[in-house]
Amino acid sequence: MQNRTRAIRWQEMVTPLVAVILALAIGAGFILFVGENPLAAYKILFVESFGSLRNLATTLQRATPLMFTGMAVAFGYRAGLFNIGAEGQLYIGAFAAAWVGFTFTGLPRLIHLPLAIVGGMLGGALWGSIPGYLKAKLGVHEVINTIMLNFVALYLTDWLATGPFHGGSWVPETARIKATAALTRLYPPTRLSTGLFLALLAALAVYLVLWKTKQGYELRAVGLNPHAAEYGGINVAKNTILAMAISGALAGLAGTEQILGLHNRFIVRFSADLGFMGIAVALLGKNHPFGVILAAILFGALQTGSAAMDRLTAVPRELITIIQALIIFFVAAEYLIRRILRMKEGA
Amino acid sequence: MQKRLGLILVMVLLVGLIVSPVYAAAPRIGLIFAEGGLGDQSFNDAAYRGLMQAKEELGVEVIYVEPADIAEMEEHQRAYADLGLDLVIVIGFIHKSALEEVSVDYPNINFAIVDDTVENPNVTSLVFAEHEGSFLVGVLAGLMTETNTVGFVGGMEVPLIRKFEVGFVEGAKYANPDVEVLVNYAGAFDDPGRGRELAVSQNERGADIVYHAAGGTGSGVIDAAAANGFYAIGVDSDQDHMAPGTVLTSMVKGVDMAVFEVIKAVADGTLEGGVWSFGIVDGGVGTSEFNYTKDLIPQSVFDAIEDAKAKIISGEIVVSNPLQ
Repeated sequence: MQNRTRAIRWQEMVTPLVAVILALAIGAGFILFVGENPLAAYKILFVESFGSLRNLATTLQRATPLMFTGMAVAFGYRAGLFNIGAEGQLYIGAFAAAWVGFTFTGLPRLIHLPLAIVGGMLGGALWGSIPGYLKAKLGVHEVINTIMLNFVALYLTDWLATGPFHGGSWVPETARIKATAALTRLYPPTRLSTGLFLALLAALAVYLVLWKTKQGYELRAVGLNPHAAEYGGINVAKNTILAMAISGALAGLAGTEQILGLHNRFIVRFSADLGFMGIAVALLGKNHPFGVILAAILFGALQTGSAAMDRLTAVPRELITIIQALIIFFVAAEYLIRRILRMKEGA
Repeated sequence: MQKRLGLILVMVLLVGLIVSPVYAAAPRIGLIFAEGGLGDQSFNDAAYRGLMQAKEELGVEVIYVEPADIAEMEEHQRAYADLGLDLVIVIGFIHKSALEEVSVDYPNINFAIVDDTVENPNVTSLVFAEHEGSFLVGVLAGLMTETNTVGFVGGMEVPLIRKFEVGFVEGAKYANPDVEVLVNYAGAFDDPGRGRELAVSQNERGADIVYHAAGGTGSGVIDAAAANGFYAIGVDSDQDHMAPGTVLTSMVKGVDMAVFEVIKAVADGTLEGGVWSFGIVDGGVGTSEFNYTKDLIPQSVFDAIEDAKAKIISGEIVVSNPLQ
C-alpha cells in the first residue's frame, strides 16, 4: 500500500515534467523553423528568468499572482467545481483592495494593509459565491456562470475605474493607494513584494484545510462523488457554496497582490488573463497547492524570459506562448505520455 | 625601451582616436510601443518608421519591445533604463503613470513620451494638435457626405481621443451645419472586430463616412467600409492604401517625425527635455496625399480644406481643445 501511494505520487510528478520537456523540444523545432537558434533562445530564456537574483525576483513577481489563481482553480476542482471565473473574481478582489487602499486615510499600516487584503479577499469570495449559490440552489452549471460573471466583473470594474473612481490621468485607472496599504517591495528596483509570502502562506493554508480538517474532507468528498457524500450525511449545497467562495477568495487575493504589491492602483484590464492562466497552472500543478507553486514559478519564468527575449532579441515572444500551450496540451494528454512511458496505474 | 613605450603609446592613442568617435556617435535608443503593437498600420507603425529612419540616417543603435499588456509597461521601462540607454521612448499616454515614477527613479536616463506630458526634467513630451488635423478631415466629411450623417469611432474614451472627436465634429459642422455626427467608442485600441461592428452599425444608422481614431481597432472600421461600400477616414499613419478608394484620406499624425526629431536631438547632443508640440504649420498633423481619391473629390472640397487650414494657422478658426 505504501509503495503504491509512493508510485502514484512519483508518477504525478513525472507527467508534468515530461510535458515540459516535450513542449520545449517541440518548441525548439518552431524556433528552428523561424530561423533562430533554439539553444541560444533557451539560454536567453533561462538566463533572463533565473540567471541573476534580480531576474529571479522578476520571475517570482510574475509567478505570485499565478500561484493564487492556480490555487483558486485547484481548490474548486478538489470540490468538483470547474471555476473558470478566476479572472472575474480577481478583478473584483483587485478593485475592492484598491478601493480600501485609496479611500481610507490616516490609518496605521498595521490596520490599513490587512484591511485592504481582507477587502480583496472578500470581494473575490463574494464574486465566487454567486455561481456557487446558483449551482447549489438552482443547479445552474458553474462553468456557464463563472464565464459570464467574468464579463460582468470586467465591465463593472472598467466603469468603476473610468467613471466614479477615475484617478484623473488619461490612463484608465483609479487614484493611487495610500502608502499604508502597499505591500513591501522585497528587492527593489524589481517589483517583487511580500505578496509572495502571502501566496506561500495561502498554499500552506489550502493544504491544511483540504487534507487536515473535517471541512476539507467534506469538500473533497463532494468533489469525488457528490451523491455518495450526500448519502454520507454531507451537506453538498453548503460545501459547493463554500468551495466557490474560498476559490473566489484565492482569486481575489491574486488581484489584491497585483494592486497592493505591483501597480499600487487599479488599472483597467491590468490582469492579462492571469485568471485563465490559473487553469493551466492548476492543471500542471496537479491541483495540489505545492504543485501549483512550482507550476506558477515555471510559468512566471517563461513570461519573464519571453518579455526579456522580446526586449533584447528578434525572437518573437509568441514562441514562448506556443511552448506554454504545448505544456498544457501534454499535461492534458496525460494518457499519451503514460503510453509513451509505458506506465500503468500503480505499476 | 623608452622608444618602444613611446611607440606603443602613440599607437594606443591612434587606435583610441579611431575607435572613440564610433562609440560616441552611436547612441543607443530603446522604444516601447503602446498596446496594439506593431502592425496596426497606424499609431505604433508610425513610431516604428521614425525609429527605423533614425537608425538609417543617424546610425543610432535601436532596440524596441511590444508590451503584451498594460501591466507590463513599467517592467519594460525599468529594464531599458537599467541598460543605460541614451534615450528611452515610450509610445502613448498609456505609459504616463508608470513613466512618472520610473523617470524619477532614473534621473540620469533621458526619456521621451509620445502623446502625453510628464513634467520631469529628464522627460521630453511629444504632443500633437490632433483637434486641428481632425477639423480638416471633418470639413472633408461634412462636404462629401450624401446622407448628411457621418460617424466617428474612437479607441478608449479618454481626453486625447476626445480631442480627435471634437475637432472632427466641429470641422464637419463648420463645412455643413446640417450634418449629424454619430460617435462611438470601442473601449480598446487593439480590437478590430469591435471596430468593424461599430462602423457597420453607424453605416446602418445612415453614416456614409466614418472617421476612426482607434489605432489597431480602426483597421476593422476600414474593412467594414470596404466591405459595405461606404467611406472611411484613416488616422495617425497614411492608411489610404489599406483600401484604395475607400479611405478618403487619413489624418496623418507625425509620430514618425517626432520620434525621429527627438532621437536626432540625442544624436546631436542638444536634447533638453520639455514639451514639443507638433501642429498643422510644421506638418505635425494634416491630411494624406489623397493618392487614391483625387478623382473622387471635387476641387471645391480641396479648396475648402486649404481654406480651413489657412484659417486655423492664422487664428481665424479656433478649434476647441478638450484638454484646455
